[in-house]
Amino acid sequence: MMNYLLSLTIWTPIVFGFITLVLFSKNDCLARYFSLLGAVIAFIFSVLMFCHFDPNQQAMQFEEVAQWVPNFNINYHLGVDGISMPFVMLNNFVTILVVLAGFKVIKHKVALYNAMFLMMTGFISGSFCALDAILFYVFFEAMLIPMYLIIGVWGSTNRVYAAIKFFLYTLIGSLLMLVALIYLFFQSNGSFEILSYYKLPLTMGVQTLLFIAFFMSFAVKVPMWPLHTWLPDAHPEAPTGGSMVLAAITLKIGGYGFLRFILPIVPDASRELAGVMVILSLIAIVYIGLVALVQKDMKKLVAYSSISHMGFVTLGCFLMANGTLNKWAVEGAITQMISHGFVSAAMFFCIGVMYDRVHSRNIADYGGVVNKMPIFAAFFMLFSMANAGLPGTSGFAGEFMVIMGAVQTSFISAALAGLTLIIGAGYTLWMYKKVIFGEVTNSHVAEMPDVTAREFIILAVLAIAVIGMGVYPDLFVSKMHTSVELLINQAAISKI
Amino acid sequence: MTGIPLYLTIILSPLIASTIVGLFGFAIGKRASHCLTILGVLVSTISSYVLLNQVLNQGLSYDGPLYTWLSVGDQTYSVGILVDSLTAMMLTVVTSVSLMVHIYTIGYMEHEDGYSRFFSYISLFTFMMIMLVMSNNFIQLFFGWEGVGLVSYLLIGFYFKKESAVFANLKAFLINRIGDLGFLLGIGLVLYYFGTLNYAEVFAKLDSITGVTFFNTGWSAITVVCLLLFVGAMGKSAQFPLHVWLPDSMEGPTPISALIHAATMVTAGIFMVARLSPLYNLSPTALSVIAIIGAINALFLGLLGLIQNDIKRVVAYSTLSQLGYMAVALGCGAYTVGIFHLMTHAFFKALLFLAAGSVIVAMHHEQDMRKMGGLWKYMPITYVVTIIGNLALAGIPPFAGFFSKDLILEAATNFHEHGMFGGSFVVFSVYAAVFVTACYSFRQLFMTFHGRERFRDANDDHHDAHAHDDHHGPVEPKESPWVITLPLVLLSIPSAIIGWLAFDKFVPGEFFHNVVFNADFYTKFLEEEPVNTVGMLAHSLTTLPVYLALSGILAAFIAHKSPTFVSIIKTIFKPFIYVMERKYFMDDLFINILAPIARGLGRVLWSIGDVLLIDGIIVNGSARLVAFCSRIFRKMQTGYVNSAATYMVLGVLILLTFCTSLILH
Repeated sequence: MMNYLLSLTIWTPIVFGFITLVLFSKNDCLARYFSLLGAVIAFIFSVLMFCHFDPNQQAMQFEEVAQWVPNFNINYHLGVDGISMPFVMLNNFVTILVVLAGFKVIKHKVALYNAMFLMMTGFISGSFCALDAILFYVFFEAMLIPMYLIIGVWGSTNRVYAAIKFFLYTLIGSLLMLVALIYLFFQSNGSFEILSYYKLPLTMGVQTLLFIAFFMSFAVKVPMWPLHTWLPDAHPEAPTGGSMVLAAITLKIGGYGFLRFILPIVPDASRELAGVMVILSLIAIVYIGLVALVQKDMKKLVAYSSISHMGFVTLGCFLMANGTLNKWAVEGAITQMISHGFVSAAMFFCIGVMYDRVHSRNIADYGGVVNKMPIFAAFFMLFSMANAGLPGTSGFAGEFMVIMGAVQTSFISAALAGLTLIIGAGYTLWMYKKVIFGEVTNSHVAEMPDVTAREFIILAVLAIAVIGMGVYPDLFVSKMHTSVELLINQAAISKI
Repeated sequence: MTGIPLYLTIILSPLIASTIVGLFGFAIGKRASHCLTILGVLVSTISSYVLLNQVLNQGLSYDGPLYTWLSVGDQTYSVGILVDSLTAMMLTVVTSVSLMVHIYTIGYMEHEDGYSRFFSYISLFTFMMIMLVMSNNFIQLFFGWEGVGLVSYLLIGFYFKKESAVFANLKAFLINRIGDLGFLLGIGLVLYYFGTLNYAEVFAKLDSITGVTFFNTGWSAITVVCLLLFVGAMGKSAQFPLHVWLPDSMEGPTPISALIHAATMVTAGIFMVARLSPLYNLSPTALSVIAIIGAINALFLGLLGLIQNDIKRVVAYSTLSQLGYMAVALGCGAYTVGIFHLMTHAFFKALLFLAAGSVIVAMHHEQDMRKMGGLWKYMPITYVVTIIGNLALAGIPPFAGFFSKDLILEAATNFHEHGMFGGSFVVFSVYAAVFVTACYSFRQLFMTFHGRERFRDANDDHHDAHAHDDHHGPVEPKESPWVITLPLVLLSIPSAIIGWLAFDKFVPGEFFHNVVFNADFYTKFLEEEPVNTVGMLAHSLTTLPVYLALSGILAAFIAHKSPTFVSIIKTIFKPFIYVMERKYFMDDLFINILAPIARGLGRVLWSIGDVLLIDGIIVNGSARLVAFCSRIFRKMQTGYVNSAATYMVLGVLILLTFCTSLILH
């Protein structure tokens, strides 16, 4: 079984999703429990993967190779290293919660809803595990479809605009990546092996073009300023589960792409353009943080906060001193992505809990929620603090590491990135204050019941994850040293 | 018990109690909530005294890791424990005051909502504070640092229905975050220059930073590091201009004002600087800055205490002023003296706050001193302990505050004589502040406990306004229950005697030998003029400070007896009083200038950058462009064979020309 662990992790949810769709369209209850089962099994596989992962091994682990399209030398090639492994876990972890989160709330086309999430999980795991460029591309594109449907079918009023915007934005980016991959195929004498591109000599001009192509694809996903405007539109329209997956996992593929494709394949261009990337990241952190301060819609606010937090990821990926990446920064970027997975899922779930009761995302429609939902308020406090980067929560570890890395490479970017300490706390706690504190402001709030057992379980699991990762980040960080070391070496060589 | 089990007992017992009460407080009830948390803190307190005993008598010291928090590359960053005399002393102060506050809270919060929640918070606070003082590295220090900030935030906003309370807690958190930004950058620079975040390892590598400049600026690196770290201390220890959150923090319940905003949390910055004394000794510039900022706090924020009418705000401003004294001590290189004042202050200021709380309970949560007066005969215990506290605060020998404050004055004089930058301003401020301190503290005493019983008028007003409200008879204030007075009495003992008890330990520096390193110029000064308790007391009679304090008390007395004197003063200093009433415009700076600028920027960036430029022009613009083009191209797709043939021929022609031009090239 160990030999096929990755395949099992990827295909279990897809198969379960398919079965749900075919067999349980009529029976909502079975559809829910069957999908939950699928998500749990996939998570168990990813835990097995985590447990059997050897943190000292440089090569890819759990590798699987099979021919797929022999004519074009396309292989079904999977494998994980310390960089991708945490994301596969995170992905399967969040899916369980997402399926649970939709249990009572989604009453319309339940089987389709659950099937879409399960399939998306499989596709996302697939793109984290794929070592063949075309396989990656297929998974990468495939995951757009479920998300498009989730926003388009279960979204709120403006869902069609948001869904199309989301789809086109990401598609245009990824088409450029396809061109880049095909170019690399010819350059490498007919190979789609991602790892073989790492050693491929490329001229500076070509590297720059490839950089731009990959950048368009991944920067949209992250999203980086100024390619970010689809996110604040997609989140408010998406259902709670959609927002959770979108923020917690889909964005991470962008960050992962920088680490898997851009840095090692076009190291010279990366070094050349690192300054631009750092500036774009800092704009994301500060500019977007300020924009978040004035949002009136809770989901928009958290969406902007996501962009700002993802700014730390891209910052960490491109902080260089003398052309060498910084260990603190890169590991911080990965840590930040994992942490943001937990925290943003939790934030969007919290907003969803309130939305289910009042059917509004407007901050102004709330006030004094703590009087009616004290348990919820306590959880929301914890996640807000994590969002503001409080030490002891996962939100701190990643930001701290990136800032430490930034001090060592460029003090001014550390100082600017550090502004998030103030701005991040500002928008998060301002929203918390307006929504939670105070007297009960209206009759809708007065009728809000506190969390149900199902909601409590989701919140508690997320709380454990957030605190656990804050108290002991080394659980994940220690697994990535070897791979990050290798990546730093690969990004330091010259391919010209 | 010794070693790690003992340390873990100290750390974890408040945390466990807090967690249980926090999670299950609603189920186990009020009594179990307070018993459990008090038990947790009591265990911690007793263990701290055991530890202090081991440190004092067996010379125990310990520095080791607990578990690896983070590893980066081949280096590990652990959560660890550092035990030495400074830790032991801080632990005993923190746990003792915390225990007193826990007991006191039973009486103070008796009729309030969220009783268990409150106990859970203050126990959690105790845990965070213990983590902060026991830390052996910067990361854990920052964890405790932000952790106490979190609990402070939660407790200032404890009455979450009150708009002013939830405004104050947000303000406190954000202002502290400004400080934390500096602190975090400071930590980053420590990592950069020393390659480690462990105190001992940093101190071992101090040579590596001497003469190093801060990147390419020409500034001394060590000064930048020290100043950035001190910015953190300015936030937490409420130093000018980041002090503005502290007076507003009085929105929280009084027990936490005593515990968090007087005795422990706000001294974290002072503790941090003392802990890092080897670092600060390398930068005379940083020391001067600290001394000057401290002096501003001591005098100018103390002055604001003179014009407050809220009983808690007087104490709050006095806390700002005393924190300034501590900072001055640090700046003058007399770290041990700063810590000495931290300790004496913790006791007498906790006492003063809790006594003010006792008055507030008796007055049915009235905090305006103008509605009090003459309370001494109704609340004798509170009255006596307030006098003790105020005498200690004013620095009248032989009460606790006298010793620590007098030492600070001497250190300041030495600082000046040593020719340090800003010396004369520092000396003037700390001396003038002695007068001011005595004046506002006794003004508070007179207004509250002496004079006409003004609460009777207030009560009448109240009665008229709510004539139908039948349960309000003419209320006689009465002495608080024993759970309130017991902590008061217990705290008044150290407030009276801890000064001369601890003096010999602290001052010649034996106790802190090899832990806190006073600056050379201060050590030399101490060697030249050795001091002892008796000499200090005799000396005091012939020097200025005590007479300054006494005249402060006299001034307060005259003002109390003669309202005309007050109005004359008010007319003479009218413009100054206006400036003081606006708190030197510092609140305006943050609330009316900086915050609106940030939000305004956000609004502009959003509406112009995101909505108009990116979305309006680029994204939706290109969508519109596509739609526009497709409208044009649609016209070409007529479906007629002849037009299709025309386009085909045209296309072939264009292709041909293109190809031939390529070939010809």
